[in-house]
Amino acid sequence: MITTLNAIFGKHQHQAGSLLPILHDIQHELGYVPDEAVPLIAKELNLSRAEVHGVITYYHHFRQTPPPRHVVHVCCAEACQANGSEALAEHAAARLQHGDISMEPVYCLGLCSIGPAIQIDETTLHARVTPEKFDSLVAALGERS
Amino acid sequence: MSTTVYVPGDAAALALGADDVAAAITIAAAKRGTKIRLVRNGSRGLFWLEPLVEVATPQGRIAYGPVTADDVPGLFAAGFTSGGKHPLRLGNIEAVPYLARQQRVTMRRVGVIDPHSLDDYLAHGGGKGLALARTLTPAAIVQQVTDSGLRGRGGAAFPTGIKWKTVLDTKSAQKYIVCNADEGDSGTFSDRMLMEGDPYCLIEGMAIAGLAVGANKGYIYTRSEYPHAIAALNAALDAAGDWLGDFQIEVRKGAGAYVCGEETALLESIEGKRGIVRSKPPLPAISGLFGQPTVINNVITFASVPDMLAQGAASYRDLGVGRSRGTLPFQLAGNIKYGGLIEVPFGCTLRELLYDYGGGSRSGRPLRAVQVGGPLGAYLPESQFDTVLDYEAFAAIGAVLGHGGIVAFDDTVDMARQARYAMKFCTLESCGKCTPCRIGSTRGVEVIDRIRAGAVEQIPLLRDLCDTMTAGSLCAMGGMTPYPVLSALNHFPEDFQ
Repeated sequence: MITTLNAIFGKHQHQAGSLLPILHDIQHELGYVPDEAVPLIAKELNLSRAEVHGVITYYHHFRQTPPPRHVVHVCCAEACQANGSEALAEHAAARLQHGDISMEPVYCLGLCSIGPAIQIDETTLHARVTPEKFDSLVAALGERS
Repeated sequence: MSTTVYVPGDAAALALGADDVAAAITIAAAKRGTKIRLVRNGSRGLFWLEPLVEVATPQGRIAYGPVTADDVPGLFAAGFTSGGKHPLRLGNIEAVPYLARQQRVTMRRVGVIDPHSLDDYLAHGGGKGLALARTLTPAAIVQQVTDSGLRGRGGAAFPTGIKWKTVLDTKSAQKYIVCNADEGDSGTFSDRMLMEGDPYCLIEGMAIAGLAVGANKGYIYTRSEYPHAIAALNAALDAAGDWLGDFQIEVRKGAGAYVCGEETALLESIEGKRGIVRSKPPLPAISGLFGQPTVINNVITFASVPDMLAQGAASYRDLGVGRSRGTLPFQLAGNIKYGGLIEVPFGCTLRELLYDYGGGSRSGRPLRAVQVGGPLGAYLPESQFDTVLDYEAFAAIGAVLGHGGIVAFDDTVDMARQARYAMKFCTLESCGKCTPCRIGSTRGVEVIDRIRAGAVEQIPLLRDLCDTMTAGSLCAMGGMTPYPVLSALNHFPEDFQ
């Protein structure tokens, strides 16, 4: 981890206000921001550990524990609600409660005319997702319980 | 000679399978020995037709949609690369009524050009504003922006020229240009579409702002939920070469905090802190990013500047009504048949957008409520659908245009539930700095739950709470959460009984 962190610190050495970019890079490399990284980040940026902890926990995006194998973000904002996202989110939560794929709400993916929308692993987008389509997308991820 | 085929790379098109279509077209073309040049353009914003494939022909760009990968062999068999007949053929895209009726100004290149090509941008009229700005004094640029009547498109509608003049007049060795691309409102996607489909337009607008106020550094702060926009911006900046001169732009990725769309919270976030709202004054124009004078504007505001400058302020000011000058890219979303991007001058009515463009609900049921302006915007009943789309007309009915997002709901909607959601969203996203927002929203959820359980005598308490949040919150998060709540209560009281 220390090698990874040092490489990331080096990359951001001359960047003003670099805490968020550093946290993004750490999460990209490790999948989350481990507790052990906090004092090292604090030392690098001349901040207190409390300040770094405060930033990590303030933003919904940053994880403090290893992520599940796959994360499915279901949009729960108004435009998707108007097209049945609440039922989809309930279906998704029930469908995924025991596996190694987790469902998390997200508030707007910018696909508001073609909801309900979901995002898989922060990369792949799907629109007009019905419960049936959801099940086939999840099955394609190779669900393991 | 190869034919140019366009398959959108816009996130909405991708969500509907555009990558599969592009791959199928490439494979089929190779197999048949048809020479094509595949361009991944932005989206035209006619989402029920996505993936919308276009082919450049002597008769203009002929469109086909919505295309699936399975349709591709049939399209080749029909000779689509020369505009051949096919059940999915829509004709010349520019003549499709949904598009032809619009007046695209700021979004006019989105879906048209190759967003990865600076040359294509310049060939379609881009760059003229920046070239002109380089010949003008800073004060002259600011005067043009002021004369255009352009107001901030993020939602607050503050006159852009006044903001720029404040920064110009504030003496400092270092100033900043910050683009608020933290488009978190549900029902909005115009920033995303522009960043993905015409990134150089935003970049040019920011560079002009830099010349206007004397800033050489810019930031674009956008959402972690928008990876495609981030990639498009970074690719465009990497390929910009020396086009921007000594003006530098850095793209910053947010981390899932809605309140960072509030300008001072956004500045805190760029500085590497929690996105907590600052007290104003001082205004960011005087003491903004890292304590320096800062222009902070929305994507559409900056993107409106290059062409406005090139065409002259009057060209922009002549569009619109009252004090709402120019155009706004409205975004028609939610339960709507033909959802998409509709850029028109201010002055048409909500009803025209919902029915003439939108075709009514997607479900086929009557439209009952429409939320305009995101999660902090009011819900409008059918009786208000004739309201003119104009900042002042909306303010007069206790509503906001905001960033131009329009979310339609059919008659199955439970408005007490929507009011509860508005409060709930505020509990999730409040930065926590001021009490009316942090605690008020939690109490709001509780009191709405009691009302929904039958305690209608608590309605005055809810109104009182909303009054406190409106008057006592530090920013729009707590201050405007009462808009959806009270409008639901006022226009749909039967849902609270």
